[in-house]
Amino acid sequence: MSKFSLGKYLLPTYIFLAFIFLMFPIAYTFVFSFNDPFKNTPGWQGFTFDNWTGVCNNEAVCEAFGNSILIAVTATIVSTILGTMLAIAVTRYEFKGRSATNLLLFLPLATPEVVMGAGLAAQFFNVGVPRGLGTIIIGHILFTLSFVVVTVKARIATLDPRLEEAGRDLYAPPTQVFMKITFPLLLPGIMAAALLSLALSFDDYIVTAFNSGTEITFPKYVYAAALRGIPPEANVIGSAVFIFAIALVLVFQLGGALKRKRIAKLAK
Amino acid sequence: MSTQVSVKKVKTAGKSKNPRILLLLVLPGLFYLGLFFITPFASLITTSLQAPVLGGGIGVYQPAWEFGNYVFVVTEYFDQIVRSFVYATLATSLALAISYPIAYFIGVKARNKPVLQALLLTLVIAPFFISFLLRTFAWKQVFSQNSWFSTLLRDLGLMAENEFLLGSSFVVIFGLTYNFIPFMTLPLYTNLERLDTALLEAGSDLYAKPSSTFWKVTFPLSIPGITSGTLLTFIPIAGDFVTASGSFLGSPNTSMLGNVIEANYILIQDFPSASALSVLLMAAIVVLVSIYIRRTGTEDLL
Repeated sequence: MSKFSLGKYLLPTYIFLAFIFLMFPIAYTFVFSFNDPFKNTPGWQGFTFDNWTGVCNNEAVCEAFGNSILIAVTATIVSTILGTMLAIAVTRYEFKGRSATNLLLFLPLATPEVVMGAGLAAQFFNVGVPRGLGTIIIGHILFTLSFVVVTVKARIATLDPRLEEAGRDLYAPPTQVFMKITFPLLLPGIMAAALLSLALSFDDYIVTAFNSGTEITFPKYVYAAALRGIPPEANVIGSAVFIFAIALVLVFQLGGALKRKRIAKLAK
Repeated sequence: MSTQVSVKKVKTAGKSKNPRILLLLVLPGLFYLGLFFITPFASLITTSLQAPVLGGGIGVYQPAWEFGNYVFVVTEYFDQIVRSFVYATLATSLALAISYPIAYFIGVKARNKPVLQALLLTLVIAPFFISFLLRTFAWKQVFSQNSWFSTLLRDLGLMAENEFLLGSSFVVIFGLTYNFIPFMTLPLYTNLERLDTALLEAGSDLYAKPSSTFWKVTFPLSIPGITSGTLLTFIPIAGDFVTASGSFLGSPNTSMLGNVIEANYILIQDFPSASALSVLLMAAIVVLVSIYIRRTGTEDLL
């Protein structure tokens, strides 16, 4: 009996400690976004709001941030569209080469980013394409594409085919079935894929390092600054992006959870 | 097995036949992957065989069949190659050990508490939304020479005055494990969330100890989750060069394959060596992944 109660508290205690461990660097970044920047020594120097109110006084950080947003948004739009189309094709169509297509879509997930980055760079070098924002975006579309396909595919697998059949039975043309039934049902999956793609692109250093030339992105800025110490403005941007993204996810997640709870109550 | 299932799914979903729409859906994506994923591999292979131009400057190479480049990189960077795979194996195992109880708790124990479940799940993916470099930098501060943590270890007599935490294998493996835990937890959670708890009850009804129910029921059923989690963790760790870099948690003594590829390509501009190492890394991963997937019987993950 005593063993049972030990087990009862052991797992929740472990979970609590594990989450403290997981959250620690996030808390650190957030706290140090309020560190007083004027004394250029490492460690805590004093509390200030100045980093938040004057982020762009550090022009390099702001420029890098702007580039990263531009890259992430462009790459996400393209990879979400291409990836959704591919996901629909491989789940809804039977064709020669479907398994080969699936393998090709899986391969980028199994390729270390450093190989992808070096390969693209070698390609651009051979063809004589100068490296810059364009080549970074090409690289980011590449490594986010397969993640979009996987996410949207998972959503398609949960769709109830009877809904689309009902549409067809009511003589809706295929485009209307797609626009009024399939697409709205896929939308949460597509949104999740886009969010994942934004996060992956915004955070990428490895592929960027090989294909950016002299262009600066936020991760590239942080990487270069890490040797001597990261300025608090970078922590501000990291924290602000985090708060924004987590608020978005919480709204989705808790919304879904509350809905499930209500359904469970109704079922009772 | 997998083909049967998917064929059935396609049939019930109403097989679409319009070949023109199919081409419209597949061609742009395949064209993209062909141009920016397949041909770069060809570029890597041709670059890996290039030879320096006599009297040429830094970064000037000509097409050749210099297979000796591969012999050179393997002998020159043998330590880093071995270290990459040792670190990746250790960090992946640690991440699995840390993640399994978390995924089990969220997927099985918290099943009847949707709000708690959603909250914990959000916390698991939270690290994705803050720069991986900033997180690694936070650990760098913790392990730096004058940090409270290092001071504490010295005060407790666990570390000598002239010992450094930063730049040690221990701290690099710690950082790699931390950075890739979410990649392990998520697939495990997705798998355990579907675990039929009636099977666990059946185990205890038959007087199985909780531990034997775990090892005979839960664990074998979670193998697909473990497989995708270990792949999603092992592959990026084997190629990572941020954590082990001297600017973050590492030192020349912890340099991994990724660090060598980066240094050769970006700093020294020895493109053939960087390309040869990339080709070797990719080949090793393809071989390891196919053996692993066969062994665990999870081919349908593809």
